[in-house]
Amino acid sequence: MVSAAQRPGPPLWLLAELTYRCPLHCVFCYNPVDFATREHELSTDDWLRVLREAREQGSVQCGFSGGEPMLRDDLEILVAEAHRLGYYTNLLTSGVGLTEARIAALKEAGLDHIQLSFQDSTREVNDFLSHTRTFELKEKVAAMIKAHGYPMVMNVVIHRLNIDHMDRIIGMADELGAEYLELANSQYYSWAEVNREHLLPTREQIERAEAITARWREKLDGRMRIFFVVPDYHERRPKRCMNGWGNVFLTVTPDGTALPCHTARMLPGLEFPNVRDMSVHDIWYASEGFNRYRGTGWMKEPCASCDEKEKDLGGCRCQAYMLTQDPAAADPVCAKSPHHHLITDAVALAERSGGRSEHPLVFRGPAESRRLAKAGGD
Amino acid sequence: MSATVDTIPAIGRGFRLQWEAAQDCHVLLYPEGMVKLNQSAGEILKRCDGERDVAGIVTDLEQAFGANGLERDVLAFLDMAHQQKWVQW
Ligand code: SF4
Ligand code: SF4
Repeated sequence: MVSAAQRPGPPLWLLAELTYRCPLHCVFCYNPVDFATREHELSTDDWLRVLREAREQGSVQCGFSGGEPMLRDDLEILVAEAHRLGYYTNLLTSGVGLTEARIAALKEAGLDHIQLSFQDSTREVNDFLSHTRTFELKEKVAAMIKAHGYPMVMNVVIHRLNIDHMDRIIGMADELGAEYLELANSQYYSWAEVNREHLLPTREQIERAEAITARWREKLDGRMRIFFVVPDYHERRPKRCMNGWGNVFLTVTPDGTALPCHTARMLPGLEFPNVRDMSVHDIWYASEGFNRYRGTGWMKEPCASCDEKEKDLGGCRCQAYMLTQDPAAADPVCAKSPHHHLITDAVALAERSGGRSEHPLVFRGPAESRRLAKAGGD
Repeated sequence: MSATVDTIPAIGRGFRLQWEAAQDCHVLLYPEGMVKLNQSAGEILKRCDGERDVAGIVTDLEQAFGANGLERDVLAFLDMAHQQKWVQW
């Protein structure tokens, strides 16, 4: 457990997931697959209190996300308060609902930063992937973002269905005047895990995409900064998930549940506190949910005696649980894990199958969510 | 281009400078991150208001800290900060 000497630092990042509602249906959506069974959203006053309490505990970055945060019509109120409290305020949006009037109001409220997510550069694939006709709208939104003096920051989730469009994705980002482009390979949780056989790219695809990215970096000569995040399935060591459990990030979900990461609720035998009943201070420092996997004290072999344990902290708890059914196991991405074959098998399957799967591709949506929640016995 | 005594620096677009009690230092906030500043960096950046030129900033710092000959250090710091986009001019 956590002794006074190892008292964790402040929750520097507050991720406010304002709603699970979203007009899109991304096949890699990171919201829990049973989101439709959790409809009771926090009120404006609840959020204002959370913002104040977290700021008092030292939070400096506030990310408003979802679902689609534009669907909350109190977003401007929350941004204004966050700004007044001294947060750097970030909006993570798909752009749907971001009208000229609202972006002006958000700017006025003190919004510091907008990150616009794209599914792909081609209208067809984009529409296919997000299941709606939103691509042209995003072009408009990108222009508005720039017109309001924001740096244009684009995020594109990369997976097998769009990775071969890398050249066009980067080219489009440049045309739209993006200053930062994050090409984040899908992580296999939630909806992306359901769809993993369709989404996991091959090693060759990743290498090609990386080479294209490198060429663009040279050509752009600093005009746009490109971050390419390799999927951890292709690595031999896990990532330091969320920069450490309960170390930097505090996620508050639409219904007020406080989590060390947005997927942690899947872990068995662990209660997570709710901001309706507990202060942010107690949530961060005193709750079982946040203390359980902090630091390295909870580890088993091979992590417990590993000389790299401070570096990656054993990887991702959710991935360990999803793949090994043991939330305290080493992340199977690690080559030292006795379960590492689960990862290499999935990659090998991706090489063999050409992305074909006997399971249909599942688009995120309320009906599918209720079906998956039932199947999961939740 | 490098800073000179005539340069008028301002905090870079998208960055926010503030005193952070929980960290006991000035910090620069930017999308997805935070830089904790040491005292001299904090004191220099605090004066980058888009109005004063470097000569003015140096004079002010020398007065505030009873020092002189700070110009070279300030220019070197500003060049570094410019590269990081912490300041613009
Ligand atoms: S990943 Fe797609 S479906 Fe999920 S919340 Fe974001 S935009 Fe909506
Ligand atoms: S054994 Fe555990 S601590 Fe060591 S590198 Fe692998 S995941 Fe990290």
